[in-house]
Amino acid sequence: MTTFSKEDVKYFADFVRIGLSEEDKENFSVKIADLIESVSNLNEVDVTGVEPMTHPVAMINVLREDQPKDILDREVMLASAEDQEDGLIKVPDIL
Amino acid sequence: MTLTSKTATELQALLQKGEVTATEVTEATLQTIEQREEKIHAFIHVAKEEATKRAEQLDQEAADTRGRLFGVPIGIKDNIVTKDMTTTCASKMLEDFVPVYNATAIEKLEAAGAVNMGKLNMDEFAMGSTTETSYFGNTLNPWNTDYVPGGSSGGSAAAVAAGEVPLSLGSDTGGSVRQPAAFCGIVGMKPTYGRISRFGLTAFASSLDQIGTLSRTVEDNALLLSVIAGEDYNDSSSSAKAVPDFTAALTGDIKGLKVAVPKPYLGEGVDEEIAKTVKEAIAVLESLGAVCEEVELPHIQYAPTTYYVISSSEAQSNLSRFDGLRYGYHTENAENLEQAYFRTRQEGFGDEVKKRIIFGTYAMSADHHEDVYVRAQKTRTLIAQDFDSVFEKYDVVIGPTAATTAFKLGETGGDQLVHYANDVLAVPANLTGRPALSVPCGFVNELPVGMQIMGKHFDEETLYKVAHAYEQATDFHKRTPSIQEGK
Repeated sequence: MTTFSKEDVKYFADFVRIGLSEEDKENFSVKIADLIESVSNLNEVDVTGVEPMTHPVAMINVLREDQPKDILDREVMLASAEDQEDGLIKVPDIL
Repeated sequence: MTLTSKTATELQALLQKGEVTATEVTEATLQTIEQREEKIHAFIHVAKEEATKRAEQLDQEAADTRGRLFGVPIGIKDNIVTKDMTTTCASKMLEDFVPVYNATAIEKLEAAGAVNMGKLNMDEFAMGSTTETSYFGNTLNPWNTDYVPGGSSGGSAAAVAAGEVPLSLGSDTGGSVRQPAAFCGIVGMKPTYGRISRFGLTAFASSLDQIGTLSRTVEDNALLLSVIAGEDYNDSSSSAKAVPDFTAALTGDIKGLKVAVPKPYLGEGVDEEIAKTVKEAIAVLESLGAVCEEVELPHIQYAPTTYYVISSSEAQSNLSRFDGLRYGYHTENAENLEQAYFRTRQEGFGDEVKKRIIFGTYAMSADHHEDVYVRAQKTRTLIAQDFDSVFEKYDVVIGPTAATTAFKLGETGGDQLVHYANDVLAVPANLTGRPALSVPCGFVNELPVGMQIMGKHFDEETLYKVAHAYEQATDFHKRTPSIQEGK
């Protein structure tokens, strides 16, 4: 049986900066272990020499003219951020 | 016959001739929505003021400049951005998010004269198949409100089935348009990958996502796709292929059509009554001149797990943009930037979304990347090759859209593994980028059943032709849920 411990949950959640309660860790440890167990059926597939598929419809070199265009208004875009000041997006202290 | 029970095609004819005004249609639609919403909760936001204003503007337009959807009401899944109208993805993370631009599909609808009636409920960030993971509460199935409408485009399907709107847009990453269309007894199309621009569709899994169209009839669906399909400067994955008028394909003639029926599509895990219903539908196609044969798909049993790995891996990358800083929800409980990220996501995302992001991170991590993620991508190649060989000999692949009828509320708990049998039917169209459509083909225990028709890349015309021929030979699309009679 596949195990995915609460520590494993925290280890991977930390990479993507998702905070979790103890209850979440418990819950996800069971559910993700189930998922890992189920996707282990892919180990049965003989993939020797098979190329990975990254796009469902092959499109090569999609190009367009490199011309300047009007884009969205700066004030309008800033207004959609949580907080702003002097034309900049305001975030909590970093240092 | 009331205005709101008409199809988009019927409404459009009346509107073009000026027999009714856009304002009259919009008012009738808003009234109907108000009456039926308390029973089904398909909308997150009903755009009462915006739609009323828009209809008034349309009525001022000259009669000879009217677009193909002039005055026709439509509902939009809430993961497609609409300028100045909230777009929540059914998540607390975007509860108050008001986009500053329109998705390309929305721009095309506006240019064609459609009236956006509002934003439709869905599973949070389109992750689920019941609409129960929505932060704003679930949607109920119009045929029986003890059941889910399916998902993730559950609101889009329920609103159309209940007669609130004749048309809606959804999105389909692993069956999210077709399965709710089947559960709600309507037509749902996931076109070829790249057929409709995804500019403004909130990304879930970028190699699988596609906007889809929902309607009560095949003709309406073909009309809607004709309007919104096409290449887009803003989406380099959109296709430059010419867009035909799909309504011209509805000739009724399917003589000599070669139909493949994969054995597993009617086998283990598929409800016996569903299998029987779909076999009867296939017999109807045969009576219309189609030639149906059983085929094998050697890797089909690996499609669901291939999908889980690829969709979760892509989702963990796409959803990293929700950091609480540039837009959307922002925690109040942070003393520094790192805490702000952790707590914003802890408080903003629901459980299903968190689970998939963490699983996707596992699958993409240095230790597991080759064994899990790349292995799934290679399996995807094998699955695609299976379908390529089938389509060398056949025009369409047919089976049920879903393995069961709609689930009872709360019976699946949004758990992905429960849906394995359904995913065998749903996800291959996304993994291979092929178009697939669900058309109503009967009822089991008074709940609708859908037949799925999958086609060659960019051959939506054949899907519409087959679905239309079938629809015209049967009466299932004429049955409506009792909610439409106000019961």
